[in-house]
Amino acid sequence: MTERVPVLQIGQILLVSIQTDLDDQAVVHLQDDLTARIVGTGADGVVIDISAVEIVDSFVGRMLATIASLSLLLDAQTVVVGMRPAVAITLVELGLSLGGVRTALTLEMGLKVLERSRVLRQGPSQELAESGLSDEDGVRADPAGQ
Amino acid sequence: MLAIAANDGVVRARQVARTLAQQCRLSLVEQTKLVTAASELARNTLVYGGGGTMTASLVDERGRRGVRLVFADQGPGIPDVDLALTDGWTSGSGMGLGLSGSKRLVDDFVLESAPGRGTTVTITKWGR
Ligand SMILES: Nc1ncnc2c1ncn2[C@@H]1O[C@H](COP(=O)(O)OP(=O)(O)OP(=O)(O)O)[C@@H](O)[C@H]1O
Ligand SMILES: [Mg+2]
Repeated sequence: MTERVPVLQIGQILLVSIQTDLDDQAVVHLQDDLTARIVGTGADGVVIDISAVEIVDSFVGRMLATIASLSLLLDAQTVVVGMRPAVAITLVELGLSLGGVRTALTLEMGLKVLERSRVLRQGPSQELAESGLSDEDGVRADPAGQ
Repeated sequence: MLAIAANDGVVRARQVARTLAQQCRLSLVEQTKLVTAASELARNTLVYGGGGTMTASLVDERGRRGVRLVFADQGPGIPDVDLALTDGWTSGSGMGLGLSGSKRLVDDFVLESAPGRGTTVTITKWGR
């Protein structure tokens, strides 16, 4: 019965949007799938959209932290986007700060984070110069810091 | 009473906790805290207790309404309860936050356990 969460590829970025209440097996599958896809595609960024996720417990929290650090080893940056305020409050009280996980409020801001780290690695791209993306506003590194 | 015998039992425990929290008109943050605690305790029941049950009810006490969840298993029990309730202590590969974190997330938390006699955790979240 365990479902698999689709991993979408958009250019150099892998996008995962968690839409249902996943059982632990599905969470483990997602971690394995994502790791394999980073290696298989050479993606340099991963976005995990949790805007539909109603709770993050220690199991899911650990998965997010593991993907974030694994992806770095594989030369990709992970950003978790859309964490609900109630989820953030609960995570902090649970004792999980997710310190090593980049977060952004929205998908759009998450993509900016990835674009910026690509710039840092490769120097400014033509598109970035033209799109006028700034490197400020609305992006935070720690859900506990809100 | 809900059986927690496999991973889907943990998912159902979360759903039942959510439904009762809404019936009790807990705020969204309080609902989220209760459901997160339920998820942690249901997983412990499955992983360490070898499976068990969750009994969920709405309770009325001294004019207060609340949600009470009782997680029970007949597993090996917890030899040192204080140690198990320490942030970061795990006998396995977890993060050791399930018990201590759940305790912070709810209003009442009672852990009863003895080696060889299983474990029962009773949590209550009160509405206003
Ligand atoms: N129902 C139970 N039966 C037997 N032992 C238990 C039970 N629940 C918890 N324990 C013991 O208490 C320890 C601490 O539990 P806790 O949930 O806090 O952490 P964890 O499950 O190890 O990690 P996490 O929940 O953060 O993933 C467990 O490692 C286990 O040894
Ligand atoms: Mg646990």
